[in-house]
Amino acid sequence: MHLRHPGRFAALALLVLLAPPLRHALESSMTAQMLLQLPLLIGVGSLLAQALPAPGLARIARWNHLGISGLVLASVASAFWMLPRTLDASVIEPLVAAAKYLSLPLLVGLPFALSWPRMSFIVRGVFLLEFIATFFRLGWLYLISPERLCNLYLLGDQQRLGRYMLVIGSVLFLGVAGKLVWGRFELPARPTFPPSEG
Amino acid sequence: MPTLRALLASLAFLLAGGAVFSAATDQFQAFTTEAARRLAVQRHPVEIPAAGLQTQSGAHIQLSDFRGKWLVIDFIYTRCPSYCIALGGEFAQLQDRLAGPIAQGKVQLLSISFDPDHDIPSQLAAYLAHSRDRDRGRGWLAARPIDPDGLAQIKRAFGVTVIADGLGGYTHNAAIHLVDPRGRLVGIFDLGDPGPVAQVVLQRLGR
Repeated sequence: MHLRHPGRFAALALLVLLAPPLRHALESSMTAQMLLQLPLLIGVGSLLAQALPAPGLARIARWNHLGISGLVLASVASAFWMLPRTLDASVIEPLVAAAKYLSLPLLVGLPFALSWPRMSFIVRGVFLLEFIATFFRLGWLYLISPERLCNLYLLGDQQRLGRYMLVIGSVLFLGVAGKLVWGRFELPARPTFPPSEG
Repeated sequence: MPTLRALLASLAFLLAGGAVFSAATDQFQAFTTEAARRLAVQRHPVEIPAAGLQTQSGAHIQLSDFRGKWLVIDFIYTRCPSYCIALGGEFAQLQDRLAGPIAQGKVQLLSISFDPDHDIPSQLAAYLAHSRDRDRGRGWLAARPIDPDGLAQIKRAFGVTVIADGLGGYTHNAAIHLVDPRGRLVGIFDLGDPGPVAQVVLQRLGR
């Protein structure tokens, strides 16, 4: 998605997501928070990648060979918001809520959007495999856990989230498998070895 | 050296992430809010508030009136179909196990309702009568907070989270709470086995 003013659009989207009625709705169930709110916040951050000036992009790129650093940062930061404790706290405690609303766009969405185009076929494959596996792992955990992991959410809500995550994981897996069999791949141009004499 | 730079940046992110994770999970010991609150009171006992309560007999007391006794507390609402019945059974068992210290006035059992609008004294009395299949004597009170502010204070101090279950009732993080004679919350125990609670109390009383 290419926008004329990605930075403004991202800021506006963040404000809309912060608006009390919408925020309340997105945090009213574990399912909505994990499958809508968190991905939307990450999506807002990915828009920021288009808003960065060229010199800044170049400086980041020097430290982001094959997109590995950005992928590591995005993985670590997103894993933090999968802890039941932080999910609970982000609804009740203003400071944790602020951390969630800032870190998901800036430390997950933005670095990931900057890194994806630089990732090699192998790195993308490893990422997708792990991403899909996470849906299965967590989905299974939520489905079979007899205990409520979040004090703020009902057991039925947790189990519904588990079912949805298993479905999403399956769909993603089929999508990736389909692409591998029938798809076309556009990969970043790779330098040739040895360097061709021009 | 683009590879080395990426490696360095990745390592820095991993280390920073590890530090943040460690801080946010009490050194990887508590991943849920419930585990966290139990660990917290073990490490730093919490002073409980002196909130006003009304007991099943209609008497007005204060939570601080029980200073000097070991106080075993659970949270209930009498319309509860599941958990609270279980809790009632556990408290009846605790009454048996701690009969000695209860008779000597060293231990007190207390069920606090977080649904004070519905749980008027007569409801609380019915709850106790229902849970005691025989008269085990005194030492177990049911009470409701007198004002909403007191209820909020109690919920905050004990870390009790109550949410609507969508069926007109509530779901809450049910547990058994132990308050020492100095009025500090020192332990939170699982439902299902009153044994450990009785053990801890008897140990502390030197039996």
